[in-house]
Amino acid sequence: MFKRRAPRRGSHPYAIPYTLSAPALLLFVTMVLAPLLLTGLLSLNSYDDSVGIKAGVDLHNYLAIFGDEYYLRIFLRTFWIAILTTFICVLVGAPEAYVLSRMRGRWRSVFLIVILAPLLVSVVVRAFGWSMLLSADGLINRALQAMGMAPVKMLYTSGAIVVALVHVMLPFMVIPVWTALQRLDPTVEHAALSLNASQATVMRRILLPQILPGVLSGSLIVFGLSASAFAIPGLLGGRRLKMVATTVYDEFLGSLNWPLGASIAIVLLLANLIIMMTYNRILERKVSKTLG
Amino acid sequence: MSFLKLENLSKHYGDFRAVDNISLTVEQGEFVSLLGPSGCGKTTTLQMIAGFVEASAGRILLNGRDITHEKPNRRGLGIVFQSYALFPHMTVADNVRFGLDMRNVAAADSSARVAQALALVRLDKLGQRYPRELSGGQRQRVALARALVIEPPILLLDEPMSNLDAKLREEMQVELRDIQRKVGTTTIMVTHDQSEALSMSDRVVVMEAGRAIQIGKPLDTYENPVNLFVSQFVGKANLLEAQIAWQRPGKAGLRIGQHELEVDCDSELIGPLVTLCIRPEKIERCAAHEGLLSGEVASSFFLGNQWLYRIHTDCGDILAIWKNDGQAACQPGQKIFLRWPVAAARVLACSTQVEHV
Repeated sequence: MFKRRAPRRGSHPYAIPYTLSAPALLLFVTMVLAPLLLTGLLSLNSYDDSVGIKAGVDLHNYLAIFGDEYYLRIFLRTFWIAILTTFICVLVGAPEAYVLSRMRGRWRSVFLIVILAPLLVSVVVRAFGWSMLLSADGLINRALQAMGMAPVKMLYTSGAIVVALVHVMLPFMVIPVWTALQRLDPTVEHAALSLNASQATVMRRILLPQILPGVLSGSLIVFGLSASAFAIPGLLGGRRLKMVATTVYDEFLGSLNWPLGASIAIVLLLANLIIMMTYNRILERKVSKTLG
Repeated sequence: MSFLKLENLSKHYGDFRAVDNISLTVEQGEFVSLLGPSGCGKTTTLQMIAGFVEASAGRILLNGRDITHEKPNRRGLGIVFQSYALFPHMTVADNVRFGLDMRNVAAADSSARVAQALALVRLDKLGQRYPRELSGGQRQRVALARALVIEPPILLLDEPMSNLDAKLREEMQVELRDIQRKVGTTTIMVTHDQSEALSMSDRVVVMEAGRAIQIGKPLDTYENPVNLFVSQFVGKANLLEAQIAWQRPGKAGLRIGQHELEVDCDSELIGPLVTLCIRPEKIERCAAHEGLLSGEVASSFFLGNQWLYRIHTDCGDILAIWKNDGQAACQPGQKIFLRWPVAAARVLACSTQVEHV
């Protein structure tokens, strides 16, 4: 055992921990807290087409957002797409993780790479890949036409955004669920089988409740990243099908209304925070009561 | 009519014979232990009975019904796993109720049976706890209640005590045996602990390298081990090499050092050398003229109720266990003389033979 050395006289007892965490703290303060604070302040300013940003502190930007159906619809669409993406990721990712956990040796490594591969390619490249597949004269539509069917509009729809987001987000669901699965005692499944449970019952009543913490953390990551996704909605949603992140971008670089863009960003941040924390509370309370 | 019958059961993994041609019959209500060192195939045998490992050859008959290829969730056997394998997200009562739910037992009936099973293992007050809130011994009892509540024809125990500390293990051995007698469920237990197997079972199957070496009552197995392996694995044994001096039907004369002694033996002995097995507690201290061996006490170990001595002799080290009567019987370095009753020495041939009792 290590014996903690008595602190030298005159020095602060926590000097070493503070010194060691200083670089991370500095990075966090300058790169996260300071910009966030500046954005918050900016959102309170106002904008005039002729003079630009005007100093002043009021909430009229926020009132404009909440009073305008245009912005509310964008928020609603964003969260709807994020929820749908999360839901599909759970449906696809959890079984995928289960299959992966049942594989052995070489096959497991091969498929792990297949699952992680999307993370190795830039989001922009992947989004362009999807747009080539989905566009009006893309691969899928040409195949449909070759079979004598009418082409379908797929690009610039929320469907395209969801499909591409699921593709990008899947690893973030598979990995936490896989980790949760690896912690399980495999004989628990045998125990359930020996008590006459069918394979389906074992999945539903034994496995699923135990991997719930994994599903919970996976869906928080997927939801958070999807709700603030920028590249995929930007490239696959087009100019008209806006999500919050693309709207912020347009306000900043299109209409040059920085204060409005900043306040939309802050609203997104807060809404995201509230949704994720509520979800976490509800599920975690349920899980921690049983699994500890 | 035997209740459970294993007929020439084998499990091969490629060239490796994990279980090699085991035959065993178990009567209703009997408690049988599979005893052996790790890797001897005892757990594989249990897994084949449970249905989690497919048998390569042979048959398993339960009450006349061939269950060799039946799925584990159709066999209806009660199993207590080494890790207990409790469902961590369910309360103790829900864990026990699970098997009844799977059998669609009516709610009122199942509540009564869960309460009864928990009372049997003395956990009636802890039904609403979660497994992580229980001690090791309590978890084990939940696992037992969960296996017994479905009233299985056979209870399978896979090293049930190996995760308990020594004192708790002894208590659980007594308790488990009492419960088994009370409910009368035919039980098969896998263990590597010879004292556990001897104290709890009606019969012990000693296994080595996938084969059943000796099947018999605990006392028989201890007193009459069929070969060197059994003599050393079941209890402690002094093994003395002896030369065959003469043989008559039923009797043989063996020479150990300068002494010649007569032993009983059922079959003809082969080879110039045999091994004589004498249990340490059968060794007696005696006067010089009665002594079969003389030696010097090398070391002594105090075990509480008895003393264990290691004694250097011409024929190698001898272990002797003597009762503790309040003082040390002898000191290291002391010269003493040893003898043993003729019937206590068992002649072991060097070849392995399988004996079925």
